[in-house]
Amino acid sequence: MTTRTLLRSAMWLVPASVLVVILALSGCPGPKQAVATGDAASRVYIPPGQYDEFYGFFSGGFSGQVTVYGLPSGRLFKIIPVFSVNPENGYGYTPETQPLLMTSHGFIPWDDAHHPELSQTDGVPDGRWLFVNANNTPRVARIDLRTFETVEILEIPNSAGNHSSPFVTQNTEYVVAGTRFSVPIPQQDVPIRGENFRGTLNFIKVDPQSGRMELAFQILVPGYDYDLAHAGKGPSHGWVFFTCYNSEQAHTLLEVNASKRDKDFIAAVNWKKAEEYLAQGKYHEMTADYFHNIYDERKHMATSERLTKVRVLIPSECPGLIYYLPTPKSPHGVDVDPTGEYIVAGGKLATVIPVHSFSKMLKAIENRDFDTVIDGIPVLRYDAVLAGEVQNPGLGPLHTEFDGKGYAYTSCFVSSEIVKWKLGTWEVVDRIPTYYSIGHLLIPGGDSRKPWGKYVVALNKITKDRYLPTGPELVQSAQLIDITGEKMRLLLDFPTLGEPHYAQAIPAEILMKNSLKVYPLQENQHPYAVKTPEQARVERKGNEVHVYMTALRSHFRPDNIEGIQVGDRVYFHVTNLEQDWDIPHGFAILGANTAEILIMPGQTKTLVWEPKKPGVYPFYCTDFCSALHQEMQGYVRVSPRGTNVPLTYGTGQE
Amino acid sequence: MRALPRILTLGAILSLGLLFVLPLWRITLTAPQYPEGVVMLIWLNRLSGQLDLINGLNHYIGMRPIREENFPEFSFMPWLIGGLILLGILAVVVNRRWLYATWLALFAALTIVGLADFYRWGYEYGHNLDPNAPIKVPGMAYQPPLIGSKQLLNFTAYSYPDAGGCIAFGSFLLVAATFTGECIVARRRGKACTAHIVREAAPVA
Repeated sequence: MTTRTLLRSAMWLVPASVLVVILALSGCPGPKQAVATGDAASRVYIPPGQYDEFYGFFSGGFSGQVTVYGLPSGRLFKIIPVFSVNPENGYGYTPETQPLLMTSHGFIPWDDAHHPELSQTDGVPDGRWLFVNANNTPRVARIDLRTFETVEILEIPNSAGNHSSPFVTQNTEYVVAGTRFSVPIPQQDVPIRGENFRGTLNFIKVDPQSGRMELAFQILVPGYDYDLAHAGKGPSHGWVFFTCYNSEQAHTLLEVNASKRDKDFIAAVNWKKAEEYLAQGKYHEMTADYFHNIYDERKHMATSERLTKVRVLIPSECPGLIYYLPTPKSPHGVDVDPTGEYIVAGGKLATVIPVHSFSKMLKAIENRDFDTVIDGIPVLRYDAVLAGEVQNPGLGPLHTEFDGKGYAYTSCFVSSEIVKWKLGTWEVVDRIPTYYSIGHLLIPGGDSRKPWGKYVVALNKITKDRYLPTGPELVQSAQLIDITGEKMRLLLDFPTLGEPHYAQAIPAEILMKNSLKVYPLQENQHPYAVKTPEQARVERKGNEVHVYMTALRSHFRPDNIEGIQVGDRVYFHVTNLEQDWDIPHGFAILGANTAEILIMPGQTKTLVWEPKKPGVYPFYCTDFCSALHQEMQGYVRVSPRGTNVPLTYGTGQE
Repeated sequence: MRALPRILTLGAILSLGLLFVLPLWRITLTAPQYPEGVVMLIWLNRLSGQLDLINGLNHYIGMRPIREENFPEFSFMPWLIGGLILLGILAVVVNRRWLYATWLALFAALTIVGLADFYRWGYEYGHNLDPNAPIKVPGMAYQPPLIGSKQLLNFTAYSYPDAGGCIAFGSFLLVAATFTGECIVARRRGKACTAHIVREAAPVA
């Protein structure tokens, strides 16, 4: 080979290497993932000691809890146990909280929490309460946003799969709950293939002062799957819209059998009309069996009431109460825009996003523009109620939130993206991928009359390669996206707990000022509370021993107890005497077949212990309360049954 | 005294009445764990603020619990201030220089004795510690500062007059200044500034 040919071959290397460099710089062809760019980090960075702009309340799904995050930072602040027991603080284990989880089926330690919904005044989140539904054993819970604790759980009778819940009306007059899994009503032993399944749409009245819930009435409806709901607002105030799928009423292989029809329905319920019918006495009183559980903040204790009656409205007897709006194709979400005029359906198998018009709906009702009537429910003509369709939005549209500036944001599960489109023109203006398979999405106040349209948060079902792998079971995730500009912009991606379905957010300033710091000790009305160390004592009543115990940095009173016998049932009623912010005490004793208790300042909680063997058992404070926390411990002496060891107790006596 | 200084003096004396409704002194403790601060207020006749919390924290170092009933001062301090106000009113009515001077002297004495007493209590609580205390730091005393701030283990203690205390100081200074001013005016007019000169030219209407 001559030098010349060598050079000539080398010449070829020049363009080849340029190509390699270009390829390397542009990245190999293949799936592209958006990364947060530019000033994204500073947009979500909250300097140490400073506060987030919003509280975000995320449902825990199968964790049965609600998690509280700060937005935009994505920092987790609290896990609120609602439908699931929480060994971390004794929720669902203590005699004080067990009544909250009572149902007509007995005590249930778990449920599937789907949709957190903030109470509203005049169509705007007011920061008083958060409602959340239990899907499996139908219930609705209320969380007090002063204490961030579950204070009430109401069971829904004549229902199954409480999914279209707990959406509120404009002034929280009602919280709704609809049946996703239709069943025989009342329940009975019939063949599954029977035709007699039905559902109920439930309206829970909320007391405007106390927040206390009461099942006001149920509407008995055909046995479809009532999936989601949202209340009207502004002009459509007085109505609630429920989507339903499975109008085929299949009982088996629903993925095929419930997907046959082109259109299912949105049920539009006129609840003001319902109130008229109730006042006229046009309801049936049905026997039912359901629990109403309330936590008394002063007694630090919940009580259960078993209820036996419910008022039922039947559509065929109540004209004008309910209409069906045909909606393609197994619709999932139903969302009402801030003006109250547009009703957006997430037809999850549809190729369009249908938007109904409230004013056209009223006109169609007035003109009796009906396709047919099902069990007394008029089905309005699709074209008569349709405002427009968003064409080619994405695959699997599920849920829509609004920014208050004329745009809607729809989550598309199958194509894994958020689609931004304009109300009125129905044109898609932007889209952004999510990682992966988005379910719900949230904009602070995004289902209200006045959204704080700064961010949209995607709630994703699948994370796969997004985080460090943790074996087969992976977290779900949330993605915070900036929506202040023309184009949506990914800012942050953070893992979430359980499986968040819906979530809502509210400006921090609305809640912060009301957040309770300590429970006032003087207001403690727990029957076993002791308010001064001098009152601490032990009382025996047969086999029951009640320890009236105090906790104060850094000792329990009493901390030495003798005279307990095998077979006794020992109740440690521990009152935290602290009135200092963020000084809880914990209590646990060796061998107790239950969870620890965490007692907030001014609170009383009870741990029940049944010692099985003689011996000396230590107990201690589980919450690092002070410099001498490790010294916050004591002993209980357990003697055989029938012992002559007298019952004695004390603290500090050598 | 002439009319204007006399009215000023009366106002200053009457403002001492606010001591019955405003706290005299404020002790604030801050620590890494207490960024919001823990406060104790001292009034003419009582204590207020987060006493239970302070006592709870103090038990670690063996300090005796601070309780209102331990301080006999609270039973007679209102009478002393009440008496001072009455005497002041009398001075303005009679309008004699020696009486003003007496009032000022009494007030000054009362303030000095009061501060000394406050120091004594601070010393007592800060030094007289339970030998069985969980936390013992050799050579460490926990006397709060009389006025100003001081580091006591993890706490910074701030001790300053509160609204009532400021009013008392202000009242004293105002009367003293008026009194001195009147003396200077009188001297310029060729009269000796002595206590036996009884009345100024301009009588109060």
